[in-house]
This record gives sequence, C-alpha cells and structure tokens, in this order.
Amino acid sequence: MSSLPDNPPPSAPDARRGGGHYSGWRLLVEGLRSQRGWSRAWSKSTPRPHYRVVIVGGGGHGLATAYYLATEFGISDVAVLEKGPIGLGNVGRNTTLIRSNYFQPDNIRFYDYSLRLWEGLERRLNFNTMVSQRGTLNLFHTEAQRDLFTRRANVMRVQGVDAEALNRAAVKRLVPLIDLDNGRYPVLGGFLQRRGGTVRHDAVAWGYARAACRAGVDIIEQCEVTAIRRANDRVIGVDTTRGPIGADIVCLAVAGHSSRLAAMVDLRLPIETHVLQAFVTESVKPLLHCVVTYGAGHFYVSQSDKGGLVFGGGIDGYNSYGQRGSLSVAEEVTAAGVTLMPELARLRVLRQWGGVMDMSMDGSPIISKTPIDNLILNGGWCYGGFKAIPAGGMTTAHLIAHGIPHPLAAHLDLRRFAAGRMVDERGIGPFPYAH
Amino acid sequence: MLRINCPWCGVRDEAEFRYRGDASLARPEQSAPAAAFAAYVYERDNELGWHREWWLHVGGCRKLLKVTRHTLTHEIREVSG
Repeated sequence: MSSLPDNPPPSAPDARRGGGHYSGWRLLVEGLRSQRGWSRAWSKSTPRPHYRVVIVGGGGHGLATAYYLATEFGISDVAVLEKGPIGLGNVGRNTTLIRSNYFQPDNIRFYDYSLRLWEGLERRLNFNTMVSQRGTLNLFHTEAQRDLFTRRANVMRVQGVDAEALNRAAVKRLVPLIDLDNGRYPVLGGFLQRRGGTVRHDAVAWGYARAACRAGVDIIEQCEVTAIRRANDRVIGVDTTRGPIGADIVCLAVAGHSSRLAAMVDLRLPIETHVLQAFVTESVKPLLHCVVTYGAGHFYVSQSDKGGLVFGGGIDGYNSYGQRGSLSVAEEVTAAGVTLMPELARLRVLRQWGGVMDMSMDGSPIISKTPIDNLILNGGWCYGGFKAIPAGGMTTAHLIAHGIPHPLAAHLDLRRFAAGRMVDERGIGPFPYAH
Repeated sequence: MLRINCPWCGVRDEAEFRYRGDASLARPEQSAPAAAFAAYVYERDNELGWHREWWLHVGGCRKLLKVTRHTLTHEIREVSG
C-alpha cells in the first residue's frame, strides 16, 4: 500500500563531504597508515541566507527528514539547525529500542515501515548503526492481559507483522533470569516480536548526519532559533543566534520543546512536556538476550553490547523541562525490575539520566501541517520517537516535498484532536500521558 | 524528590501526591463554539518557567492543592489549599 521505497540503493554520494566511503577495506588501509586518512563525518556548515527547507532540530527526526528530502525527494537545498551539538538531545538519551508491536492498524503499518527501514539502514547510510533484532518480549501476568495481548498479536499478524505467543516454559527458556513465580505478579506467558530489538542510538544520529551531509544538506550546529519570521500568516524564515535564515518551508522537529517553538507563532499544541528517566548498570557478561517488558509495572530492560543493563519505566508524571528525574520514580522502576528479575538487586546502577518529551494528548505523534502556512510539525513523540526515526523522517519529508501527508502518517494529523478522531492506541480511549 | 508544603498536613514527599495538570485552564461558557472546547480540553501553554498546577494529596488529606512550580528547576513557590 505504500508508495514509499523500502530501502532502495543510495544515490551517488558527494565524495568531498562525509569523510569518504566506509568499508572493511578502508579500515584495513587506515590501520596500515596509522589512521591518518579519516576526516570529519559531517561538515560544520555556516548558514547561508536562504534555504528551500529549514529543519529546526538536529535530532533523529530532523536529520532523517533532511536525509530523505535530499535522497528520495530531490530537495537538497536544506539546512538542519541544532542549538547544541548533534546527538546530545533525545536521540542520544533514549533506551534504543525498536519494535512495531502496536495495537491500531494505522500505527502498526507506520511503525512496521520504520522497522523495515531499520532493517536496511546500515547498508543505506554506509554507517554501522548496530541494528540488533534480538527480539522484544512483552510479559503478561493476568488472563485479561493475555486476552488483550492476544488480540494485539492477532491484529499485527493480520497486518503481516510477526508476533508469537510464548507459554511459561518458553519464557523461562528464552530469559532464565525472569522469576516466573514471584509472589506478587506471577508471569503467565509472553508475546514475542522477533524483529524487535535495539540500535546504537548515537550512531543513528551520526549516520544520518553524515549521510545527509554527503547528500548536500547543511548541518548547522550551535545555532538556536530565537524567532520564526512570518509575512501574511505565512512562514518565511527564522531568526537564529547565528543570524536570520530565510526559508520557503520551516519544519519543527524539536520534540520535548515543540510547544516553545510553536509559541513563537502563537500556536498552542495538544502537548505537555514530561521527563522520562533511564538507567544503566555496571557491565556484566551476556545474560539477557532480548528486550523484556514487564506487564505488571512500568519496567523494561535490555543489555547493551558493552554489557550494561539499560532499563527504564514510566514518566515522572508532572510537567518538566529538567533533563533529570525524581528519586521516587527511580525507586518505583528499580522495585519493579527486582520483582521481575531478583538477580538485578546485585547490580549497581552506574548512570541515571532524564530526557524531556512531548507527551501528546492521545499518546500518538504528530506529523502535520499547522494552521500557519509553510510550517510543518514533527513532534508529540511521547515515549516512541526513537523507533520511529526512519519512518518519521521519510513521511515528514514526503509532507514537505508534496504538501500532502503520506497515507502511512495521515492519521497523525494535528487536526485530529479538534475533530474527535484521536488515535486510540491503548484501547482504553484517548488519554494523555499514554505511550 | 519534590517536597510539597501542604497547608493542611505540612511538608510531604511528592510520592504522597498525584499530579492533576495545568490549573490555569478555564472552562468556556456553555454557548462557546466547539473550537473553544477543543482548545480547553487538549491545548496547553506548556511553558518553560512558572507553572500553576493541581496536585491531589491522595496519600494525605485528599485535598486538591494549587501549586506554583518552576518546570525547569522544579522549585515550588506557592501552595494554596
């Protein structure tokens, strides 16, 4: 149903930018000449006075949008403006999970398109993003939850997406660490999406930045937007800390801060900004071979390639732009983790951090035109922005290039709230603070 | 960890409270157009700075408190019953 390409061969990159082609052969050659031949993976561009498209926000979605604009839609007169350095925002603060086990068919199709793009991303970007399809296991603990998960898995399979049910013995075989018979919430089984997994998030930012740069996009770091310029209810550019930049189209891809940028054009969004925490333990030998989510509390965990267990839980629960979390939620998350896997109590947490996110009022993202002409919004990603980067970038680029939403992202229109057709992803009615 | 000075119970940890959202929203008149209700239900100022918000002291007096808190520093300036 999609007219978008899955992973076509990349167009010929600009050899002068992006540090040349990466390969095993190149690695060998550079090894023999003391690694002297490497150059910057992307250029530090200085802003030109005008671009056809200015993308505000050099995170995953901003960079992916620029990359696909240049390679799929023939628009390389694009600047990505990032207020800090690339990779220090939410694209580098998430817990790196990818999956497409959603409930609403619209969302399944969107996120599975993203997963298919992840599957070919390394070859396409010529960058090792360490896509690891190690599987995502969702546990259930009650019969009602089993029925709900069964329904979700059936909807997925009707859409042609993989999902399989595991009984208790199969869960134990897959993840021996799980305490099936914990007194509080015994595990009855689980649902596994084998194509789910993890990706190295920093490499996603770097890979897209390098590939976009090679395709002719200007990536402008340390360039904060201070105002959005308008003429006759139409956006004509932005003012930045590095001077004014004109644009035919401005796209906001600043999830976490979408409301603040929208306020520059007197636009109020159906979004609250909340903080979500993540944690990493000390490194241990491989003991967890897939992603596991707890069904009776907010806890999910995977093991990174360095050996640390990466885990997280729910949002802290009140509006916050502070990129740090509260201790009470850290206690809740670790308590849930230790209930599920008692051995975790022996590990020490090395690092804890927070990221601020756009929590939309129905728990689904927004890829949409806005009431202001030539202003496009990519935001409202809630917990799910990372896994959606390839599809979010591709469909946002489509909207910018063609002026109409791609069918895969048409349900993510901003007008759905006033029109009463919110995305009912959780099956419990549209609800703010949802996934 | 936030510490909220409940006018009825004294200073308590945030774990005793439930956040109930933006307290600056005003319900439109019954005769207002649908767009005004959509804005009331869904749209938020979501400011970075001082924010007036509801907190329910669910693990204490069960009263709804109006708190003025900074959304970046989390400093609490005012709590009223």
